[in-house]
Amino acid sequence: MNGVHDMGGMHGMGPIQVEKDEPVFHEAWEAHTFAMNIAMGAWRRWNIDASRYEIELIPAPQYLRMSYYEKWFIRLVRLLEKTGLVSPVELQTGMPSPAYAKAVPPLTADQVPGLLAPGTLASRDIPGEPRFQPGAHVRARNLHPTGHTRLPRYARGKVGTIYRHHGVFVFPDSNAHFLGETPQHLYSVRFAARELWGEQASPRDAVYIDMWDNYLEPA
Amino acid sequence: MDPTHQPKHHHHDHAHDHDHDHQDVPSDLTLRVKALESLLVEKGLVDRAALDVLIDTYENKVGPRNGARVVARAWVDPGYKKRLLDDGTSAIAEFGFSGRQGEHMRVVENTPQVHNLVVCTLCSCYPWPVLGLPPVWYKSAPYRSRAVIDPRGVLREFGVELPEEVEVRVWDSTAELRYLVLPEQPAGTEKLTESELAALVTRDAMVGVAKVTMPPPGVRS
Repeated sequence: MNGVHDMGGMHGMGPIQVEKDEPVFHEAWEAHTFAMNIAMGAWRRWNIDASRYEIELIPAPQYLRMSYYEKWFIRLVRLLEKTGLVSPVELQTGMPSPAYAKAVPPLTADQVPGLLAPGTLASRDIPGEPRFQPGAHVRARNLHPTGHTRLPRYARGKVGTIYRHHGVFVFPDSNAHFLGETPQHLYSVRFAARELWGEQASPRDAVYIDMWDNYLEPA
Repeated sequence: MDPTHQPKHHHHDHAHDHDHDHQDVPSDLTLRVKALESLLVEKGLVDRAALDVLIDTYENKVGPRNGARVVARAWVDPGYKKRLLDDGTSAIAEFGFSGRQGEHMRVVENTPQVHNLVVCTLCSCYPWPVLGLPPVWYKSAPYRSRAVIDPRGVLREFGVELPEEVEVRVWDSTAELRYLVLPEQPAGTEKLTESELAALVTRDAMVGVAKVTMPPPGVRS
């Protein structure tokens, strides 16, 4: 979706504010929001792409006003509701519904290292030659899906060069909507800064974007 | 207590004197998070002890010191550096650093000719196993919006002025690849040990917004 989250190249966002000796979490609620997101992810009712999309669905004015972990909190609440893990009434009252059956958490303290250390691979071992080889000229397609995509707006319609083939990876545009992983070749594509931003950019600089095969066409 | 409700009044309730990127944090967020956590624990959806372990992991165990060790090793061991640039994931795993948000690692090398800068314009992708969780500025609109269109201006704000002849490569983390910058080893550090070198390497240098420098004379690292 053409949301405000897709902000590469925008002006007017203000100066970069660096906090010296910044703590990992500023407040306890941030730490707990972070941990709950990961712990609830262990139920495997959603995937990373769906969880990113949920943040993108936060209306733009709120997205820009909210702090990072507030967005994580809202995202978690929405996912809990959508997947039925928690009912709207339970969220309203803060109490389990009288009929609830107590579940067994899929992630206990001793299982945390075993969850984090391998992580979740996004690559898929599927044979097949990539459509493009390093050095090939490609154009990022001019797509404007209303759903989730990882094709940034600033690259659409621009011509770049295949820098590297990463392998075959889960396709976020379908996975985010639970329409399947539809794994496909993923490439690192080099875009000259001047192709993206015109004469004002340095003639030497470039932006490298990871792009799935579906985002590309020969140029 | 409705965790989704949007309060009408926003005000700063935190005691710190820093600024949350001009974003207001509703004063009742602490209560809303507590309410949700109680509900999830009550329903058996979440194990409270697991939350504590997760928090402790990212507050105390995983952070940029991991990445600094990787960088220092690459500086002293050319064989390791080659492995690191060829297959970042495996070379980083030699230290036992792996997994969540670092499943697919790419390491990009700074040289006198090339400077690399990492961003995630779409969200906040960041290599957790080697750098920990990202700082607020990395996740915020000013950096995400400008890193791709004006990397040299961004670098200037961080105090790095690059000559025109240096090529700037910006890596926008749009997929599940996570990027780590291998900074240039500063001149005059050839005699330092690997752990002394690691102490010089900063988080910012591994994101690409800073260079690694020798501490001024008299300052012990």
